[in-house]
Amino acid sequence: MPVLFWTLKALLSHWRRHPVQFFSVLTGLWLATSLLTGVQALNSQARESYAKASQLIGGEPQKVLVAPNGANYSQALFVSLRRAGWPVSPALRGRITLKNLPEQRLTLLGIEPVSLPSNTALAGQSLDTAQIVDFFTPPGSTWISPQTMQALGLHEGEQPLSESGQALPQLHAQADMAPGLLLMDIGFAQQLLNQSGQISRMILPADFAENTPALPDDLKGELVIRKSGEDNDLGRLTESFHLNLDALGFLSFVVGLFIVHAAIGLALEQRRGLLRNLRACGVSARGLIGSLIIELGVLALLGGIAGVISGYWLASVLLPDVAASLRGLYGAEVAGHLNLSIWWWLSGLGVALFGAFLAGASSLLRAARLPLLALANAQAWHETHARWLKRQGWIAGISALIALLAALFGNSLALGFVLMASLLLSAALGLPVLLNALLNALLGKSRSVLGQWFLADCRQQLPALSLALMALLLAMAANIGAGSMTSGFRQTFSHWLEQRLSAELYINPQNSAQAAPLQKWLSEQPLTSAVLPNWQVSLQLHGWPAELYGVIDSPHYRQHWPLLDSASGDPWGQLAKDDTLMLSEQLARRLKVAVGDEVKLPAPDGDWQLRVVGIYADYGNPKGHMLVNAEHLLEHWPQLTPNRFNLRIDPHAIPQLLRVLHNKFTIDDNRIVDQIQLKAWSRQVFERTFAVTAALNSLTLMVAGVALFISLLTQSQSRLGQLAPLWALGVTRRQLMLLNLAQTWLLAVLTLVLAIPLGLLLAWCLDAVINVQAFGWRLPLQVFPAQLLSLMLLAILATLLASAWPLYRLYRTRPADLLRTFANES
Amino acid sequence: MLQVQGVFKSYATAQGPLAVLRGADLQLGQNESLALMGESGSGKSTLLHLVAGLDQVDKGSIEIAGQRLDQMNEAQLANWRRTEIGLVFQQFNLIGSLKVEDNLAFQARLAGRYLPEWQAELVERLGLSALLKRYPEQLSGGQQQRVAIGRALASRPGLLLADEPTGNLDENTSDEVLQLLLDLLADSPTSLLMVTHSPRVAARLDRQAVLHLGRLAAEGDR
Amino acid sequence: MKAKAIALLLLLVALTGCDNEPEEEKGFAGLADDAASYAKVTPDKRFVFPEDHGPHNDFRIEWWYITANLKDADGQSFGVQWTLFRNALPRSKTSPGSDQGWRDRNLWMGHAAVTCEDEHYAAERYARGGVGQAGVTLAPFSAWIDDWALSSQSTTDDPLTDMQLQARGPQFNYRLHLTSSKPLVLQGKQGFSQKSEQGQASYYYSQPFFQADGSIEIDGKAYQVSGPAWLDREWSSQPLTEDQTGWDWFSLHMKDGAEVMLYRMRQKNGEPYLTGTWINADGNTELLAAKDIALEPQGTTGVEGRDMPTRWSVKIPGKGVDVTVEALNPQAWMNLQIPYWEGPVQVSGSQDGVGYLEMTGY
Repeated sequence: MPVLFWTLKALLSHWRRHPVQFFSVLTGLWLATSLLTGVQALNSQARESYAKASQLIGGEPQKVLVAPNGANYSQALFVSLRRAGWPVSPALRGRITLKNLPEQRLTLLGIEPVSLPSNTALAGQSLDTAQIVDFFTPPGSTWISPQTMQALGLHEGEQPLSESGQALPQLHAQADMAPGLLLMDIGFAQQLLNQSGQISRMILPADFAENTPALPDDLKGELVIRKSGEDNDLGRLTESFHLNLDALGFLSFVVGLFIVHAAIGLALEQRRGLLRNLRACGVSARGLIGSLIIELGVLALLGGIAGVISGYWLASVLLPDVAASLRGLYGAEVAGHLNLSIWWWLSGLGVALFGAFLAGASSLLRAARLPLLALANAQAWHETHARWLKRQGWIAGISALIALLAALFGNSLALGFVLMASLLLSAALGLPVLLNALLNALLGKSRSVLGQWFLADCRQQLPALSLALMALLLAMAANIGAGSMTSGFRQTFSHWLEQRLSAELYINPQNSAQAAPLQKWLSEQPLTSAVLPNWQVSLQLHGWPAELYGVIDSPHYRQHWPLLDSASGDPWGQLAKDDTLMLSEQLARRLKVAVGDEVKLPAPDGDWQLRVVGIYADYGNPKGHMLVNAEHLLEHWPQLTPNRFNLRIDPHAIPQLLRVLHNKFTIDDNRIVDQIQLKAWSRQVFERTFAVTAALNSLTLMVAGVALFISLLTQSQSRLGQLAPLWALGVTRRQLMLLNLAQTWLLAVLTLVLAIPLGLLLAWCLDAVINVQAFGWRLPLQVFPAQLLSLMLLAILATLLASAWPLYRLYRTRPADLLRTFANES
Repeated sequence: MLQVQGVFKSYATAQGPLAVLRGADLQLGQNESLALMGESGSGKSTLLHLVAGLDQVDKGSIEIAGQRLDQMNEAQLANWRRTEIGLVFQQFNLIGSLKVEDNLAFQARLAGRYLPEWQAELVERLGLSALLKRYPEQLSGGQQQRVAIGRALASRPGLLLADEPTGNLDENTSDEVLQLLLDLLADSPTSLLMVTHSPRVAARLDRQAVLHLGRLAAEGDR
Repeated sequence: MKAKAIALLLLLVALTGCDNEPEEEKGFAGLADDAASYAKVTPDKRFVFPEDHGPHNDFRIEWWYITANLKDADGQSFGVQWTLFRNALPRSKTSPGSDQGWRDRNLWMGHAAVTCEDEHYAAERYARGGVGQAGVTLAPFSAWIDDWALSSQSTTDDPLTDMQLQARGPQFNYRLHLTSSKPLVLQGKQGFSQKSEQGQASYYYSQPFFQADGSIEIDGKAYQVSGPAWLDREWSSQPLTEDQTGWDWFSLHMKDGAEVMLYRMRQKNGEPYLTGTWINADGNTELLAAKDIALEPQGTTGVEGRDMPTRWSVKIPGKGVDVTVEALNPQAWMNLQIPYWEGPVQVSGSQDGVGYLEMTGY
């Protein structure tokens, strides 16, 4: 034990004398752990929320009976199925806004606890008879997750009012409730949603559904059996979103590990003498490695704890944006407060430990092989570096080859990320090789002595700075790539929204009975130029949710529905006449169909075969989208009624029209959306989605800045030896500082210039590979020079800041210190 | 005390194996001091390292106080160094991040043989009292080497091995350090094997040996 | 009389009691208080049919109850039981409002069972009133919960002359056709049936003269069966006293055409409350008081960890009755949310016959 103790003490004493190195190891670990665990926290929080939502009733997703178009239907169907012996239980789902909380749209789920299969757990809790009776007996209970209740500023037992002034049943916080959801008895729900006698689904007990019972003949076509959440399988729909977050977190992790690797490697170099001494004093190689491992473990734990804590903080700061974009994009509710298990904390520390040993492995290996007797040999080190550069060049080349192969033959999101990762790796590893070659070329051109020294010295600094420069390259490229993709998407998306959202008003009838009179009345309005009814059927195609829309033949679509690809001739005419369909880009990719191909749709009367005559963009929609002619649709789904009317109308006439709609048809605001509202909403969803990306991107840039700072700082001490001769030759300290600054800048600017093509390549990967695989749409690659310039300036500023303090220290170096480097030179 | 018999040692180089020692023999008695001399590359340091257990022989035997070094494994050798050997090199002797007092006590503590009175006496006799709280980089070369000697002797090893301990010092300092070392050894049972290229230094030890072509070619008493 | 219904009622009283002021000592007094919001059972009620076949929503609890003792062509004996309970939850004090739709205060419960010598299967259903999942209508008469139903097919004024009965559980189902030509019977004093010396009572009438035929399926095997059946109708608002612990109830079809209904309410302290009705083959009734009846358990069977008296001695000296009543299947345990024993019995001795026995509180 004394051996271990005193060995550790000697090893650790190094850090006390070199606090900057100590903090660079910690910072690297901290940053790596922080971003990765932060992203993990966001993802696991979201996934837990999805799980809660899908496990709300009975602890697992249930089979349900729904109308083919997803609309509400009469609860008389529930009674007739019950009387036919089906053990179904009705539920009604809707959206509700509370009075004084107009910003918060909540999901309201009404259930009927008595007809649920006995012992069905609700939000993880089994109810006894007393609780069931309490649940539905006025004033009843509204179950709500504690976080949502807190977020809304409401309290246990309170009865908040709906927008229309009706009191909700008493609020009751229930831990396992899904966030943003109000659960209550169906009786209250029908009143609050103004859906008297209507239900949206019936829940089938699992054991009953297992035998796939056949619906009574009179209900065939009216109802279909779905797995609950199948139309809205959040885990699946949001997969790409979370994968993107993961990728960002992982990128930061890698950059952080670069820093750790550099700092630990440096510490080892500086401690060669110490290690020799320890061996000479009788510490065995094994004991030494053991001590180094313990030391690294302690560092990893310290950095890991800091990282996990700040990861938690980061996640809680980003969570509102993430939750908002998940809600906007997928309708997924995610709790607004982090609620992480002990496992998250432990796995965060595990990640830090793993990362530290990954980053420190090569150093440990070198320490183990450290020749006990060979003296530190500066020349040999240069030779080693040349060899190292060569090897790095090879790996960079192989990575580039892998990237090329992935680009040529990749057909999945995973391979897309392989492409990105190998591209980045190849660029990072190739950077020192490239810079070395560039400096060599410049060196050949340079005539002045100081110029030659400048470049040669620059080259000599390269090994120490290369890791930081790599981090800078990666961060910059990631920023350019993501920035150009985001801006490109924004532009494409806005343009598309303008075209596509051309109707002034979108009206959803209250129920199917209302559809016909509403359509008649709307088309009679004098200032209405077109009424475009939509019939809708929700389908599953290859396991993916898709919406089939029936539309009428109208010139409106020809003008305002841009097609990416279409059959020759008149595609809209073909859509009206033949058994044809148009479908969204992402669905076409998912089904692997192109214009001219056939698609089979499951209709109640068997498969319906249709030819593809058009493909259109449908950005931001996780579900598939299809258009067919309404008449053809109604041949297969005869009982459908229009569930939406798109209205072309003189904007001035809108307020008047709305008043009449309220009074005559009692259609509330929730069922009428105007174009401006819809556009604003779409843009807001979009901006919030990329807010997260932007935040994480700036953080990676910050990480790179820190890496550069640390490298420069550690290097500035060893720089004295190189600078002292110049000082002795009569170069002032001020000049030395400027020379040094120029060197750093030269390297940084060269790196940043190289980052531009890499960033654009990355943008192409995101636009044409990752987006296609993750979301199903391809974006045109667009270059935004102003954005590139501002990013460059930002990166140069980061470089300036990173180099400021080390240079200041150099500037403040006393002549005595410079002198001493000569004294120690021997 | 020390018996070196027929030791062979060669190193792999880019130009093929280089035989450094080719059957070296050496004897050293208790409390005896021996200067090992020879040209650069004659294998002086190699022999010293072998005796220190820092390296292992290709052939031959090294026996110290009845123990066969060439038959020990890594861990045993490390333990051996810790407890039985004191080492002083030309440079890089001290742990830069530890204060002088911690450097002095370091090996004794490692060996679990920290002797406060002996330590105090060493500090006194080496004239380090005023320097205990300093870091090595704040010391002169001579002072550093005095600390190194103190550290090597702190655990009262049976054998002190020194590789050009005064090689980096000017003549006066060198003499002073050497005298301190010899004085300390005179009062203890520790034997000394010192590699040096300086006949002046060598002359002050009990015996001298010269390595030539990998063998002890000549040996003489003072 | 159905003691299980009382048990359910007590359960509901206990739980809705939570809404009331905390009165620990007055759990049963609370029952009396609550009952004040329901209609009271009084001796002067005049029954009006067919209206009284329908639900009496002002009363807290009510049931439609059928038992049948059946035989197939091979002489194998079966018992069938079907019950629909209506339980009215107390009116909410905080928001009275309407009772329409899901606001309906009735909670319906169905129990059904089939029994043969070596099998006994029971099932239950729950439903809320107001939306049509369960209920009772008059014209035409139908009492149902889910796909279980007791429905009249009669074209006459009396819906009881021609009825259809059906129910199913996981291991059984049955469908019986019930006919009756004799008039129904008012129990107790003109349908006012007393349950204790303190005056607890219910309205109670029966149709003991049903003739049933139809099919039973048990474990996938079908039987064509026929035999006598018995309808009980009862409703009340406060049918139990505090110290009444359980209940033994008999309905017996004698071979000579007479029908007997007997029950004894066991008291925590003191003698059970014992009463019954003698029904002649022509439908005339005679109220039996405790002194007219001797009812003794004669043997017990271990059922679900309880000792159940599955063999009884029944004596009605005034009618020359001295019989042994024995369970067809002693393991006729209704293993439902409210568990109890109920099954067909065989009568032997001075008279032969069949019947049903229900025992609770063991």
